[in-house]
Amino acid sequence: MDERSQIAIETVDLTKRYGDLTAVDRLNLRVMEGEIFGLLGPNGAGKTTTILMLLGLTEPTAGKARVFGHDSTREPLKVKQMVGYLPDNVGFYEDMTARENLLYTADLNGIPGKEANRHIDELLLRVGLADVADREVGKFSKGMKQRLGIADVLVKRPRIVFLDEPTLGIDPDGVKQMLELITQMSRADRITVLLSSHLLHQVQQICHRVGIFVKGKMVAEGPIEKLGAQIMGGDPVVVEVEASPVDDALLDALRKLKGVTGVDRVNGTLVLRCSKDVRPDIARRIVGSGAALSHMRIRGHVLEEIYLRYFREG
Amino acid sequence: MPGLFAVFRKEMADNFSSRRFLILFALILLAGLSATYTAAQSIRDAMSSADLSDSFVFLKLFTVSSGTLPSFVAFVGFLGPLVGLAMGFDAINGEYARGTLSRVLSNPIFRDSVINGKFLAGITTITVMLLSIGLLLGGLGLRLIGIPPTGDEIARLLVYLLVAVVYVSFWMSLAILFSILFRQAATSALAGMAFWIFFTFFITMIAATAAQTLVPVDPQEPQTQLDNAYFQMGVARISPATLYQETTATVLDPSVRTLGPVMLSEVIGMVPGALPLDQSLLVVWPQFIGLITLTAICFAASYVKFMRQEIRA
Repeated sequence: MDERSQIAIETVDLTKRYGDLTAVDRLNLRVMEGEIFGLLGPNGAGKTTTILMLLGLTEPTAGKARVFGHDSTREPLKVKQMVGYLPDNVGFYEDMTARENLLYTADLNGIPGKEANRHIDELLLRVGLADVADREVGKFSKGMKQRLGIADVLVKRPRIVFLDEPTLGIDPDGVKQMLELITQMSRADRITVLLSSHLLHQVQQICHRVGIFVKGKMVAEGPIEKLGAQIMGGDPVVVEVEASPVDDALLDALRKLKGVTGVDRVNGTLVLRCSKDVRPDIARRIVGSGAALSHMRIRGHVLEEIYLRYFREG
Repeated sequence: MPGLFAVFRKEMADNFSSRRFLILFALILLAGLSATYTAAQSIRDAMSSADLSDSFVFLKLFTVSSGTLPSFVAFVGFLGPLVGLAMGFDAINGEYARGTLSRVLSNPIFRDSVINGKFLAGITTITVMLLSIGLLLGGLGLRLIGIPPTGDEIARLLVYLLVAVVYVSFWMSLAILFSILFRQAATSALAGMAFWIFFTFFITMIAATAAQTLVPVDPQEPQTQLDNAYFQMGVARISPATLYQETTATVLDPSVRTLGPVMLSEVIGMVPGALPLDQSLLVVWPQFIGLITLTAICFAASYVKFMRQEIRA
């Protein structure tokens, strides 16, 4: 994300109302080229509506959505040429084979048959479906359909892809494969990725930046570590330590450690707030003081805090 | 129109390979074969007793019923709607249900390409189907009765097939409209069937009852009898099935000069004989245009409704 990279997605006060319900409320979003941006939020937060407006499939009530400078409402065809979209619960024509489904997509994009065939072979190989390419999609598992969806999105050689709940409803192995495919897509093809999800744990591994979306509003935005910092008062890491004996000298010594910003004693457990992960230093200091270290772990993942803070109340 | 032909090609492939369509095609073909065969039998029996060479024998193959079996034209009259309904009832809600619509529309095509492509493919399929069955039966009949058709007869047969295409297309348009109005394929199929049964079987009864109630016949007043007949006809003509029957009867039988009641005074001085094709067409022009209009209205309503629909399921 050097400074020269272009703005891939930009929304200005994007708003969508359905009657009394405001699905998306004055959203201002900016995603740079090459980024993986995660749109996180509970169900019904307006994630899908936002994506549909970016694609020009739903008209915004107010505001603008632009993709590489093209207005999604005014020039939907230009936008749709550059954007691949994987809907949640993606569907294929079940009586057609995987290859036939992709060929139809190629046809819709005006890609000539010969080139399409070669490209589709490559894509099927890449998503690991080459050996079932000529089987009817009706017999595919959910995970396979989702991977076929990735291939389908890549048929048009997009510059951006929108993935709506890409890991929903598939097994852990399938999730891993999906995430690998998405990362690979971002690295190898320099494709900008906007993905929406309510499964924080799964997407946090691959997103460069996330936006937390609750009730149509973006409540927080930035790299996950920074979000954690905002929430936890500047201390992204909390370390729990159990050691004995603990005396004031040890507490003092720990407080003086670089990176430790506070030490509390709670029910015999030491709680250290740190600006970064300094567990090795802590361990060394405790052992060095002659105390026995019996337990040490990073408490509560940052994301859990985010989750509790925003999703539950949403 | 980016995407129109892609959608068209895919829908054509779908239509011709779908089991649903092949079954109905076989049904109409079999019905047509038996109807034509029995019609040819009765024509041959009649031919041995009288000279029929100048009375449009070839066309009779399609319109004569043998008593036990209806004619081919009648078969198309009540099986045709079934074909149309079967082709259209899940056109759009099926795409929603499978989750394919948003994926297809995220490609660089206009939204109306989808519905236009589906209509075009449907109409083309219907044309191919009826034309091939019609010509096949014509060939079979030719072998059976041995009297070659005149140019006029061939022209009339082609006009009839065109009317049949419009008629079946109407039912397909109606089915597509229902597939947009209702989210469940079962609901739209049932709604289509209800319309089919109503317009094909009940409309004559309803027309008779309505005429009896609203314009009762007074034995003292001959005029009321005429009013009653016209009213009944007017009500029945709401139904596309009636329009099809009237158009077909006139196009395929050059001796039909008028539809509805005829005054004795009008018959006096009438020269008996066959009408030329253009005059026959003139008789049923309103009916024919009516069929086309109904189809167009269904298409227009589907188009508008589809363009305004939310894309998310």
